[in-house]
Amino acid sequence: MKVKIAMVLRYVILILGGIIMLMPFLWMLSTSLKTQPETVKIPPIWIPKQLQFSNYIDAFKAAPFAQYFLNSVFVTTVTTVGQLFTSILAAFAFSRLNFYGKNIIFVIFLGTMMVPVEMLIIPNFVTLSKLHLVNTYAALIVPWLASFFTVFTLRQNFQSVPDQLYYAAKIDGASDWHYLWHVLVPISKSTITAVTVLQVIGSWNSFMWPLIVTNSENLRTLPVGLQAFTGDAGTNYAQLMAASTFVILPMVILYLFLQKYIIAGISKTGLKG
Amino acid sequence: MLNEKPTLKSTGKAFLYLLPMLLITVTFNIYPIIKSFMMSFYTKYDFFTDKVSKIGWDNFTYIFNDPDFHIAVKNTLIFVVGVVPLTVIISLVIALLLNRIKWLSGLFRTVYFLPFVTSTVAIAQVWHWIYNSDYGLLNYFLSLFGVNPISWLESPKYAMLSLIIMSIWKNLGFNIVLFLVGLNNINERYYQAAKIDGANSWHQFTNVTLPLLSPITFLVTINGVIGSFKAFDQIFALFNGNPGPSKSALTIVYYLYQKFYTEWKYGIAAASGVVLFFMILLVTVIQLSYSKKHVHY
Repeated sequence: MKVKIAMVLRYVILILGGIIMLMPFLWMLSTSLKTQPETVKIPPIWIPKQLQFSNYIDAFKAAPFAQYFLNSVFVTTVTTVGQLFTSILAAFAFSRLNFYGKNIIFVIFLGTMMVPVEMLIIPNFVTLSKLHLVNTYAALIVPWLASFFTVFTLRQNFQSVPDQLYYAAKIDGASDWHYLWHVLVPISKSTITAVTVLQVIGSWNSFMWPLIVTNSENLRTLPVGLQAFTGDAGTNYAQLMAASTFVILPMVILYLFLQKYIIAGISKTGLKG
Repeated sequence: MLNEKPTLKSTGKAFLYLLPMLLITVTFNIYPIIKSFMMSFYTKYDFFTDKVSKIGWDNFTYIFNDPDFHIAVKNTLIFVVGVVPLTVIISLVIALLLNRIKWLSGLFRTVYFLPFVTSTVAIAQVWHWIYNSDYGLLNYFLSLFGVNPISWLESPKYAMLSLIIMSIWKNLGFNIVLFLVGLNNINERYYQAAKIDGANSWHQFTNVTLPLLSPITFLVTINGVIGSFKAFDQIFALFNGNPGPSKSALTIVYYLYQKFYTEWKYGIAAASGVVLFFMILLVTVIQLSYSKKHVHY
């Protein structure tokens, strides 16, 4: 009996907590489908009489969200692919090759991981303006084409691959390059996927940097575009919630499909700090 | 060939593999770290020509005497104290509950983790709407209990609280995942041994779970403190490009942003970044030395 009560209590707490966690999402969806008068009804209504999908269309007309979306897709894709490429190469060198200065370089990079990126924004902005890259796609992408955090995670994974595979590949006459892309990378697929998904989410949601290095409207990514839209939308909460849904939805879908990898990625990388 | 000594040839080859990563990180991570420290001493600096005509401690003198910077440091600390302990405790409780159920546990985990993948800017708009003093969901809910409408975002008294609630909500899932990993790693045998010794569930929790979970608790706390020190996006978005009413949500990074981006005072902004760096360093050192003594591995 006591066991049963404890079990029921667990579910009650988890369900109540779950409702609180979901509430903002439901409220966002609900508001995004309301008419203007419905949004300010007290007591609030959860299901609008008629679903106003036109709010989404109106939001798209009010601000160039299609352009923002394309920018976000482009920046996220190039950043993620580029970062993965540079990190895989570097992780291979750190895990497989011996070279002078290896430990020193590694320790220096570990140290830099402690430095808050927010601090680097000022000199990076100066560097980019000297290169005449401020307010270009390059400014949104280039500084993020390498991440020591990703290198570190991949290196750990590469090191756990048995040496025998490497020697077997060598005996078969494969070059290091061939071994890396045809043996090591396919074997490490799940870690690479995890790192990739986390990077996509981070890149898609990133705000401070794109806010600082772009000022023309046609370069804005979704979060920056949405923030700018809040000024125009004013108290039109239906449209604002429609736009927010549009920014949030792609990552929610990605999460629902790739949840396994995201959780695994966080468990692995998060635990290392 | 890990057992081989490095040679010039292997070094050359390795650097070819490292080159793309090195090019980017040296330019955008290593160099700017050094440059930041240097810039914090530039008191006369022409940004367009990158010419420095005077250096000194003036930037630090300025921020240490700037009331705004004092507010920023104070608010940052309040934010850390408001967010971190509660996030750790709530996520530990949820993880413990999730660990003890089978049915629907996957669904619950999905739900609790959802906020983590969402854009801070977008979800802050939703919270902005929830906090609306006239038509917001929160005030309506509170009115059912006879609470008068609260100006969550307009009153300096409540602005920080609003920010803290939203941040806890957003960060829970990440910590829950880490706690669940930690709980899974605890060997069932410890509990069996404790049961044989006659320990009740509370004793099992305090004598087995908590000590064995302490490395994770420690890590989650560090992550939380460092992350909260750097709060910016959620503030900018929740208060529509303002650091809260009467600067009630002005944090160090927000201060840095203002000095750099709206006032073009690069040296002062850099100096505040250096202060942030040392604060994070200090916390890391304190926590590391504390954990050496108290965290049970």
